Amino acid sequence: MSELIIKNGYVFDPISGIKGDKADIAIKDGKIVDKVSAKAKSIDANGKTVMAGGVDIHTHVVGPKVNLGREMRPEDKLFRGSVRGGIVKQGKRMEMGFSIPSTWKTGYSYARLGYTYVNEAAMPPLMAPHVHEEIRDTPIIDISAMPVFGNNWFCLEYLKNKEIENNAAYIAWLLKATYGVGIKCVNPGGTEAWAWGENCVNIHDPVPYFDITPAEIIKGLIESNEYLGLPHSLHLHGNNLGNPGNYTDTLDTLKLAEGYKAKNKFGRTQVIHNTHLQFHSYKGNSWGTFGSAAKEVMDYVNKADNITIDLGCVTLDETTTMTADGPFEHHLQSLNHLKWANCDVELETGSGIVPFVYDKDSAVVGIQWATGLELGLYAKDMMRVFITTDHPNAGPFTRYPRIIKWLMSNKARLATLDSMKGKAKVIAATDLASMDRELNLYEIAMMTRAGPARALGMSNMYGSLAAGADANIAIYDLDAKKLPTDPELIEEAFSKTAYTIKEGVIVVQGGEIVAEPPNHTVWTKVTMPENTQVMRDIKEKFTKSYTVNLENYAVFDDHVYRPRAIEVDVA
Amino acid sequence: MPKVIENVGCPYCGCSCDDVRVTVSDDGKKVLEVENVCAIGTEIFKHGSSDHRIRKPRLRQPDGSMKDITYEEAIEWTAQHLYKAKKPLMYGFGSTNCEGQAAAARVMETAGGMLDNCATICHGPSFLAIFDNGYPTCTLGEVKNRADVIVYWGSNPAHAHPRHMSRYSIFPRGFFTGKGQKKRTVIVVDPRYTDTANVADIHLRVKQGHDYELFDAFRMVVNGHADDLPDVVADVPKEQILEVAEIMANARFGTTFFGMGLTHSDGRNHNIDIAISLTRDLNKVAKWTIMAMRGHYNIAGPGVVWSWTFGFPYCLDLTKKNYAHMNPGETSSVDMAMRDEVDMFINIGTDAGAHFPIPAVQHLKKHPWVTIDPSINMASEISDLHIPVCICGVDVGGVVYRMDNVPIQFRQVIDPQGLLDDETLLNKIADRLDELNAQGA
Amino acid sequence: MAEKYILNMITQRAVEEGIAMEIGKTSPEYFDACNIIEMNEQDMKKLGILKNTNVRVTSESGQVIVKAVVARQTVYPGLCHIRQGVWANQVVPPRTQSTGAPQYSGFPVTVESAPEEKLKTALQLVQGAVGMWKEV
Ligand code: SF4
Ligand SMILES: [Zn+2]
Repeated sequence: MSELIIKNGYVFDPISGIKGDKADIAIKDGKIVDKVSAKAKSIDANGKTVMAGGVDIHTHVVGPKVNLGREMRPEDKLFRGSVRGGIVKQGKRMEMGFSIPSTWKTGYSYARLGYTYVNEAAMPPLMAPHVHEEIRDTPIIDISAMPVFGNNWFCLEYLKNKEIENNAAYIAWLLKATYGVGIKCVNPGGTEAWAWGENCVNIHDPVPYFDITPAEIIKGLIESNEYLGLPHSLHLHGNNLGNPGNYTDTLDTLKLAEGYKAKNKFGRTQVIHNTHLQFHSYKGNSWGTFGSAAKEVMDYVNKADNITIDLGCVTLDETTTMTADGPFEHHLQSLNHLKWANCDVELETGSGIVPFVYDKDSAVVGIQWATGLELGLYAKDMMRVFITTDHPNAGPFTRYPRIIKWLMSNKARLATLDSMKGKAKVIAATDLASMDRELNLYEIAMMTRAGPARALGMSNMYGSLAAGADANIAIYDLDAKKLPTDPELIEEAFSKTAYTIKEGVIVVQGGEIVAEPPNHTVWTKVTMPENTQVMRDIKEKFTKSYTVNLENYAVFDDHVYRPRAIEVDVA
Repeated sequence: MPKVIENVGCPYCGCSCDDVRVTVSDDGKKVLEVENVCAIGTEIFKHGSSDHRIRKPRLRQPDGSMKDITYEEAIEWTAQHLYKAKKPLMYGFGSTNCEGQAAAARVMETAGGMLDNCATICHGPSFLAIFDNGYPTCTLGEVKNRADVIVYWGSNPAHAHPRHMSRYSIFPRGFFTGKGQKKRTVIVVDPRYTDTANVADIHLRVKQGHDYELFDAFRMVVNGHADDLPDVVADVPKEQILEVAEIMANARFGTTFFGMGLTHSDGRNHNIDIAISLTRDLNKVAKWTIMAMRGHYNIAGPGVVWSWTFGFPYCLDLTKKNYAHMNPGETSSVDMAMRDEVDMFINIGTDAGAHFPIPAVQHLKKHPWVTIDPSINMASEISDLHIPVCICGVDVGGVVYRMDNVPIQFRQVIDPQGLLDDETLLNKIADRLDELNAQGA
Repeated sequence: MAEKYILNMITQRAVEEGIAMEIGKTSPEYFDACNIIEMNEQDMKKLGILKNTNVRVTSESGQVIVKAVVARQTVYPGLCHIRQGVWANQVVPPRTQSTGAPQYSGFPVTVESAPEEKLKTALQLVQGAVGMWKEV
């Protein structure tokens, strides 16, 4: 069968511990292997940087709220895609949209950045068939999606009664029903409160009617996750996102993980993945006294080895914010007065969408920008700290190369800081100007592939160049031994790969899409004894409260495309 | 032995009820009985197994008669005409599953043509308002479980969405609404005393075409300017406006369902825009949501599918090949027809012959006209080529989007007996177009 | 001849129309459901129109013969209604206010008693409009 060998590149693979040495990577039948025959097609990677395909642990690319964002923002469209040129006849589709790209542009763009697997961060279970339709229409990249649980009536009731086993059985059932990969929790309790126009602003603020606190929800979900031994941990977007002074709530939230240990067979070490930490790391008590708490938060994260985080870096673009944190989006529209979409989803969750302009001349925006980068620069264990923009919330994923540039080059950071009208305020409210750390390529490889893959419990498949992993590879036009002094060239190299290889197929060459093999839907299949109590509860809620019949709720098998199950057995 | 199929979706109105029970004959070819559905729904399933269904494509002959042809011939005819046309328009999708709508996107992207759906003449103005002002909405279950105040404004579910009030809004006993109708206040705003108004607690008889003023009056009250209100606004007395505004502001959970009464009248999108603004205002003091009463069971579908494909829900101009363009007024079907810009028309899953104003039909008819639809209708009877297809929800399943954009998985209940479904047919047309494009290159 | 008096026309859905449409647009049910104009009784008196007799409705873009009835879903004086569909669309103005959606509701019409005129079938109207109608 098909063989390929990538020769003489500088290889960065934290999973196998290769730190930029020259090495050859052999590929056979879509997998990395130790060696191939002499007939293998070879790619000369001399003078180039070779990494595993990128893994995005937290992004919003498929599903109802992403799509309502596309629909309500025609102004986000024209002339932002790469034009199709001569490739029209091979079937390549149009690329549309900037902050919320069309599905085709999403797949192509990630591939051009060298990413081959992304994790959709919020799937409303009731809308799961929609998510899977979009996965079908996203080319090249493998996708998993996390159903949201933090405001789900079943979980609120089970956890209030401390019924971890029942809660876990329900979660296992829902993962199958939605073909989901793991447990997402967004503003625990707060989104249910928002259905009455209220919110839960800290972890002890009880949820109306259900009489449970966010802290109890978070702990209950950690326990359920570890009971099941899922590949990924609880994936958490905590309470009080985006507000001045919220870092104390963030620390309170992170401390809930104390005493818990990861139990799983996938090599995962954390019990909470705290997403887009930037939005949760603010000091001050008003927008006037707003400041970064990156140091305080990272001091805690650095010590707590059962926690992973992603940055959620602000890219200084006009973008579209969207989250299952319904009350937050309502709050945001009251600040910027732009158009606002909201969708409360029966028994499960909610969501909101508001366009946002991260104007670099606003001091608050400048401080947010600095905070995200500081989190990365204060980090000690880069296998637990990942690069994201909470796409598209803090900016589109297509800006990852720019984040990498800022993290790798103090010169680039200072140049951006210099261009800000509120520079003085940003310098006063953050430590960024005095931080001269510059991350290296090995650290970037940890933060963009090896680390997220391990946190997702999938480093045997993704984010790795070790034998047996999927042959997903990114080759960047970057001489690791002679990094350019102009930081713009770093951004450019990460923007368009020399080659991207997906399961052994060259999909990008010289920054252009050359093939689009079908992708996979990655999900977690839990096998456990049937729980009759839970099955009865499910039937009852569907008879009484849902507006869709139970039999039509679970995604039909033929509405899931090229599924790839991660198997978990619970005795 | 007849077979009973449960949890079947009804392919008629935007309620997209998924609790229908259908009994089919032993050979799977006939629908014997339909339960749980309203009067309209019943007819769909009956029609599905009618002996009068057209099962072969028909091509119009020079003498005006129609002659049966094969699917292959119909595909070739359509692909050739699409290939030749400079600005073909494919319009419809009121009754097509999402798989078919995705395939249609591929066809028109490959052909480089215009692509539009029935929203263009129904809730298109709602899209325009959403572009400007957003859409604070919810799923229908939220209304069922929480709503204590319900407004139907310019919509008449008693006629257009027969089970809407019983399944979702007024009558059901939900989780926090165990008393059902008794604890709900229902307000109908309509120039007519409709059958819906008849079951409401309050009917505001608004002057036709003056809804905007009435919304404005409510906004004034909610924002604290009640004193400035004239004695009568749009035929509605001030006391009634104050009374209803009070009810709205005190809602625990309120929903406004709006319909064609707003989108088809003077003001169009502006009526919806201000309805959304009122919803935003109300969210400062209460919890409010708003929802378009989408007409057909999957007319939300094309807006959803094409948004992820192109970023625009309707009125798509794909003639530029490299990028999509949307500009209602310029790229909307009826406007293009009236300016005579279209040089081929494909009517799919709808009946433009019956539902477009007749001058638009007359313009479109000057050019090749293909109708892809299960039924004989006005469009099929004036077209050059009629290609019959499966009825979604009867001969073929698929994903559809309910009026609240919740995806519902529809089932197949009877054997298609040789009929192609939209997706298969359209993909064959696209494949053939790919070949023609490759030859032409 | 009754005087010309401008009425405001709306065209909307009706459950009868929905049912009939699914039976078929060439069916007698569809014919019966859609070729009626619903009016206020005062207007009918003013215009000298008897219940259940045919009238000619004329708008800026066309005319159609329909049967006049007193609206069961009451319309106020000056307002009238034809159920959406083939008959309505003979008179609906195609102007869209640049939104794509025609003026289905809220356009001026005159209604004149025309008891001697015959109702046309849906097919006759649509095929007739595009020069395809053949008497058989
Ligand atoms: S209400 Fe609508 S979807 Fe439900 S059965 Fe009637 S026609 Fe069908
Ligand atoms: Zn997110």
